[in-house]
Amino acid sequence: MVRKLPAKDVVIVGLGWTGSIMAYELADAGLDVMAIERGPWRNTATDHPPGYAADELRYRIRHELFLRPEQTTFTFRNKMSQTALPIRTWGAFMPPNGVGGGGVHWNAETWRFLPTDFVLRTHLTQRYGAGFLPDDMTIQDWGVTYDDLEPHYDRFEYLCGTSGQAGNVKGQIVEGGNPFEGPRSRHYPNPPQDQPFGATLFAKAARDLGYKPFPQPSGNMSRAYQNPLGVRLGPCTFCGFCEWFGCGNYSKATPQTTILPVLLRKPNFAARDNSEVTRINLDASGKRATGVTFVDTGGNEWEQPADLVILSAYTIFNVQLLLLSGIGKPYDPVGNSGVIGRNFTHQTISDVVSFFDPAKFAFNPFIASGSIGMCIDEFNGDNFDHGPHGFVGGGYMGQVQTNGRPIETAPVPPGTPRWGAQWKKAVKENYQSALKPGTGVHGSMYSYRDVYVDLDPTYKDRFGRPLARMTIDFHDNELKQNAFLTDKFAEIFQAMGARQIVKEYRKGPYDVTKYQTTHLCGGAIMGTDPGTSALNRYLQSWDVPNLFVTGASAFPQNPGYNPTGTVAALAYWAADAIRNRYLKNPGQLINA
Amino acid sequence: MIHRRKFLASAAIWFAGTTSLTRASIIRDHMPWTPFPTSAPDFERPGPWQFFTTDEATAVEAIVDRIIPPDPDTPGGKDAGCAVFIDRQLKGPYGSAAGLYRLGPYTKGTKEQGPQSANTPAELYRKGLAGLDRYCKANNGGKGFTQLSAEQQDGVLKKIEAGEVKFDEVDAQGFFDALLKDVPEGFFSDPIHGGNKNMVGWSMIGFPGIRYDYRDWIHRHNERYPHPPVSIAGRADWTPHKS
Repeated sequence: MVRKLPAKDVVIVGLGWTGSIMAYELADAGLDVMAIERGPWRNTATDHPPGYAADELRYRIRHELFLRPEQTTFTFRNKMSQTALPIRTWGAFMPPNGVGGGGVHWNAETWRFLPTDFVLRTHLTQRYGAGFLPDDMTIQDWGVTYDDLEPHYDRFEYLCGTSGQAGNVKGQIVEGGNPFEGPRSRHYPNPPQDQPFGATLFAKAARDLGYKPFPQPSGNMSRAYQNPLGVRLGPCTFCGFCEWFGCGNYSKATPQTTILPVLLRKPNFAARDNSEVTRINLDASGKRATGVTFVDTGGNEWEQPADLVILSAYTIFNVQLLLLSGIGKPYDPVGNSGVIGRNFTHQTISDVVSFFDPAKFAFNPFIASGSIGMCIDEFNGDNFDHGPHGFVGGGYMGQVQTNGRPIETAPVPPGTPRWGAQWKKAVKENYQSALKPGTGVHGSMYSYRDVYVDLDPTYKDRFGRPLARMTIDFHDNELKQNAFLTDKFAEIFQAMGARQIVKEYRKGPYDVTKYQTTHLCGGAIMGTDPGTSALNRYLQSWDVPNLFVTGASAFPQNPGYNPTGTVAALAYWAADAIRNRYLKNPGQLINA
Repeated sequence: MIHRRKFLASAAIWFAGTTSLTRASIIRDHMPWTPFPTSAPDFERPGPWQFFTTDEATAVEAIVDRIIPPDPDTPGGKDAGCAVFIDRQLKGPYGSAAGLYRLGPYTKGTKEQGPQSANTPAELYRKGLAGLDRYCKANNGGKGFTQLSAEQQDGVLKKIEAGEVKFDEVDAQGFFDALLKDVPEGFFSDPIHGGNKNMVGWSMIGFPGIRYDYRDWIHRHNERYPHPPVSIAGRADWTPHKS
């Protein structure tokens, strides 16, 4: 029996970064807000105490902080002609679980996208001609611009205390920062984090080669910081257990360490944890959401009515919930019609592992934070002329070494046996003198007609609902991009004096067992045309105007940066539209 | 509509091991706070085998000593506790594939689609060790793996690695791949899990464990970090002997 709860003004599905931002903004506007989170509450100090948080086996290898595939998973295939099979244990990406979402386990690499990223199709067509793009590439403009988002990027960086070096303040190029970035209204709130030996060596070699290296912008604190909400964070201690782990030191910007302490004091906000939303409910017209249905850990089914629904789960769960709730027309790649599931993307990551003379180099790779390191941006987006190369897209690259945890990071030179005395000797010899960036080449993945999400015909979750099915493969454009970028990246390590370099190119087919990033994007994209997008420029559903969908599911394609900065900026942008426009006159904000 | 009984059965499994609150609750007014760590780890103690039979354990101790052989500076897999580590892991959630997606149908897919075997790691080891024993005895005049010389043992493992050996019940190469993942995990994970005894794996490479604060060393470029490792269990010299 479904039990009905008292109605709320707003119900929020998922309490990660965007759920927390939306909840704060809408509660601040005086609305009565309820957030519903599938996973457990997590506390910074008591869930991740320094006395045992640094347990590589438990958190990195056994995935303790993540969603359990038994709870729900996806099916995967490369091609439409194949039968998709379930992802039984996580590999290529790691769906988060619990209050704080991916904001608990992230590395805190906090980027802005390039101004041209937001008008990608227009820009590339103007510069290179429409014929330069592959026929089946479905990239689009976002409907929102960098200038629209700038104040919201700024807000998120000051919320988080992002540590970095500006490269462009109000149009003035600043030495030591990223000269390619869009103009920012002011400097980062905190100076960059200190750099270890490997990153410093990389920056020197990059500078000698004519590049402009700069510190990776980091949501880990370079000094003690109090954010505009009055919440305080402490300096990062470079423990080397950042990504995949919780930070018990209050040094990593997470919803818990920046926004939730203030949000929870608002009397008009409450959250439910360990409760999974199974459906967004619609009225008889199908044009209005009436709230959501969820199931708690006792197996009880509840209905939470609300005037406004914010869908802020992880990318692919947003798409799945839209499909299961019958909101928007499902994408059909054959007929090239429909929108839900369209323009699904991931990432094109590769790496270069370099081996230096153990008698001369000691890198102490375990001295690391999630995002210390030096990067270059010469080969990102359209920062270079793609004309001679025959591909579009790119990525930042850097010596961003996130850890020296020995199960994960014990590189051995090629040709070493996988076991035995020689393997043991090679691990011992190279641990201190090898560099294996955690990110390396962080390449874009653009969207294609045959890369999409729909519902699986065979496999079900524990409730008997169809799993979301991903159909995804690398296309030639991305593989060419990756080969070019990886070669450029390797040249820098050569210049650093490595005696052996291994280029780990990204090769097809897309492999669901090989970790890249958790940056799944698209499937419920924003845009200007209801025929090719699920959401308008304010993240409002074209079909159900009292539904807004936040998160990277709105990205029409995935640029060459980590997404969280943009995901959060879009949430602030949408919240601003709700507060200042929608609430005055609830309804469709754009007349298409 | 959800079938309540079926749901409860699955909920009981996927919440086992979940940290923090495991029952749905309403959070309001303040950050929920309960004093003291909420999800302290279990410590694996020395003692009898928990998963392996005595014969299996003897074989596994021999195997882990071939995958990570002893040398004059550092113990091998056996003395580092890798077999104990695997034993405790197979007895626990890893062994039963707890939390993984276990619904059928099970179909063999492409390499890119990832593991699709219905065998749990515990079943893989049980059947794999039986297969290894049968293979060795059939090809070495009735001698099991532990009765072979080190060179012969390496030869058998190399053949399995190369896919030249077939076991009856289980993929021999897949069994060896599991060993190549699990044995180094035992050598390099925190000693609280039963391996990396006395932090020998960490000492071998110079990994300092869970020290957590390197602010004093981040600027000391190209200077090898000098301090010995620390485990979640502390260090032996921090704990006075009881006898």
